[in-house]
Amino acid sequence: MSTPPTPSPIPTPTPQASAASCTTPAGDRLQALVDARKALPGAMLPILHAIQEEFGWVPPEAVPMIASALNLSRAEVYGVLTFYHHFCTQPPGRHVVQVCRAESCQAMGGEGLEAYARATLGVDWHETTADGAVTLLPVYCLGNCACSPAVRVDDDVRGRITPARFDALLAGLRERDAERAGQEVAA
Amino acid sequence: MSVSVPAPAGARSTYADEVVLPQDGGTAAVRRLYVPIDSGALSLGAEETAAAIAAEAARRGIAVDIVRNGSRGLYWLEPMVEVVTSHGRIAYGPVQAEDVAALFDAGFLDGAPHRLGHGLTEHIPFLAGQERLTFARVGIVDPLCLDDYRANGGFDGLARAAAMAPAEVVQEVTDSGLRGRGGAAFPTGIKWKTVLGTPAAQKYVCCNADEGDSGTFSDRMLMEGDPYCLIEGMAIAGLAVGATQGYIYVRSEYPHAFRTLEQAIDRARAAGYLGPDVLGSGRAFELEARMGAGAYICGEETSMLESLEGKRGVVRAKPPLPAIAGLFGQPTVINNVMSLASVPVILAKGAAFYRDYGMGRSHGTLPFQLAGNIRHGGLVEKAFGITLRELLYDYGGGTASGRPIRAVQVGGPLGAYVPESQFDVPLDYEQYAAMGAMIGHGGLVVFDDRADMAKLARYAMEFCAEESCGKCTPCRIGSTRGAEVLDRILDARAHHRPAGKELALLESLCDTMLNGSLCALGGMTPYPVLSALKHFPRDFGAQDKSAPAAA
Ligand SMILES: Cc1cc2nc3c(=O)[nH]c(=O)nc-3n(C[C@H](O)[C@H](O)[C@H](O)COP(=O)(O)O)c2cc1C
Ligand code: SF4
Ligand code: FES
Repeated sequence: MSTPPTPSPIPTPTPQASAASCTTPAGDRLQALVDARKALPGAMLPILHAIQEEFGWVPPEAVPMIASALNLSRAEVYGVLTFYHHFCTQPPGRHVVQVCRAESCQAMGGEGLEAYARATLGVDWHETTADGAVTLLPVYCLGNCACSPAVRVDDDVRGRITPARFDALLAGLRERDAERAGQEVAA
Repeated sequence: MSVSVPAPAGARSTYADEVVLPQDGGTAAVRRLYVPIDSGALSLGAEETAAAIAAEAARRGIAVDIVRNGSRGLYWLEPMVEVVTSHGRIAYGPVQAEDVAALFDAGFLDGAPHRLGHGLTEHIPFLAGQERLTFARVGIVDPLCLDDYRANGGFDGLARAAAMAPAEVVQEVTDSGLRGRGGAAFPTGIKWKTVLGTPAAQKYVCCNADEGDSGTFSDRMLMEGDPYCLIEGMAIAGLAVGATQGYIYVRSEYPHAFRTLEQAIDRARAAGYLGPDVLGSGRAFELEARMGAGAYICGEETSMLESLEGKRGVVRAKPPLPAIAGLFGQPTVINNVMSLASVPVILAKGAAFYRDYGMGRSHGTLPFQLAGNIRHGGLVEKAFGITLRELLYDYGGGTASGRPIRAVQVGGPLGAYVPESQFDVPLDYEQYAAMGAMIGHGGLVVFDDRADMAKLARYAMEFCAEESCGKCTPCRIGSTRGAEVLDRILDARAHHRPAGKELALLESLCDTMLNGSLCALGGMTPYPVLSALKHFPRDFGAQDKSAPAAA
């Protein structure tokens, strides 16, 4: 039949793995990500997304690279980077947990969930747990409002979250981390 | 979107068009099921359900073809599994992984009764009463399968448009009465006409898929469940106005929709629906999805253009209109996902077909979204003219909590809180405007009688302060002051002190924001605040002027 096969996505290293290694990301890798996109019209956001996807955040050394590639001042690049909530200028924890604070989730007890998330993780918004496992962020609607209250764990949205389901999600993250750590030791 | 279900022999776990038959030479018919890959369904465990079905089928030696469809929009039944039988598709839901073995035991592959069974999907009252024009295929087709799309009327509109003169296509859209579904309800055809009539070497079509309003998810559902419909609408827009490049600006909260679109664009291009020669018309239209970065204001069209150009999302003053000087200074069509996704059916079935739905100057259908504290949350596409009461009770089944509905926020965070006394006003752009409300993108967020309207008003101000682009003072400073005034009102309420002076201040502040803001973020944040104050004055410690004296 006429439909072409699904093109497989371009493999990129997992952001968690790179972010967790805590070393300054390799400058030439950053430069390659910038160079591959600098000719796009309106290249700034695609470049920032590519960097954040690979490193988990946008390291400061990216700013002058982008500035010179796009012929802008560093201040202009920094201005864009900090305007958007999505981009992190600090390395996040191994996982990012976003809790929806918008109206539909409020109508389904979201405020209680917000409090529960902060208390269980022992952090406030935009903070990372002491063990580096989870960064907690507020989010204003995940488009899952028929299943409120909603959260997003890394790239997965989850709905109808009760404290018990929230705990189960966190337990799942810890399990995954333990598995990964086990694999790294074995390797 | 490769699916991570471990597939038994005979299962289809990707969007491959051909079903792989069992390798043991088995002659048993392959049983087809649908398990949504919509992110709302996934958020409730659809991936685990699909995997459990595949594993259970393998264990029993049954060959199954699991198609991953969009959601039908019955979210209280998600994950909703549909089984194809000789009578039609039969629905079961909500199906969790642990329910799967029992469903097999009960014979659900033959549509047998079960406590999770709902009979023929099409006959479920929530669906049966709808008028699905824009959502005609969502939940029915395999989202990335071009054959499915074509078999269900896909690309008929584009084929017709490709054979028409650009001005005729624009006229058809104008005649349909379609108005922008992103919020402002501006006639789509008029906007296109301006772009068509503005000569330029390069023109653009930009789809606004920023869908930031709480209580809305129709754009997401369509992009995940029927992406070719949006692509077709954009290609028609491109041919109509002479634009050769399109962008879809998708919010970063929708990574799943973004990936689906990227794959759909690749496939549509490979099949000749996009690219240098759209459907043999000799005219080009290229398309690219771009990801936003978590700024509500980037849903405002000029802020979106700034963002696409790689800048901070600061709102531009108008004029010039984007239709004349938009993206990179060129003439640009900017439309919401729902507006563009309504264009294919208009071209395929004609302007009159679409125009005949609706009432007054609100033509066609709107995919309403039932959200918040509602028993049957989901998507209801109906012609304009339906009332909130019908949507909330006949479709929504009342609150999820079982308590009385107190207020409904219609049209997102800048929309008014509508009280029960207004539930019978038909949903029509003009009638809503007349009562100081707006339909916007069609999101309905339901609150039960525990809602604290003063706190919700405070939240509206806080949200505005958080998301303001900072360009004008009434919005940037006014919203912060507004939250502070509301804090004092809440404090006065807690201590049973009169808050008359603060209330007057709040009203005058809202007045300044309404009249002095450059865009609707600052200009309409007063809507939820003032409607809450007007209809629920006691929550603010004020006298209820409309309440019976003896109450
Ligand atoms: C603060 C603000 C946020 C907006 N958010 C969106 C949005 O998320 N999606 C959208 O389509 N329109 C949004 N709009 C409306 C757009 O500015 C614009 O009117 C619309 O995209 C035009 O498309 P339409 O004519 O098809 O509705 C927003 C407007 C404002 C002021
Ligand atoms: S009203 Fe607010 S968001 Fe709109 S332009 Fe002014 S400051 Fe920016
Ligand atoms: S309001 Fe929370 S997901 Fe939409």
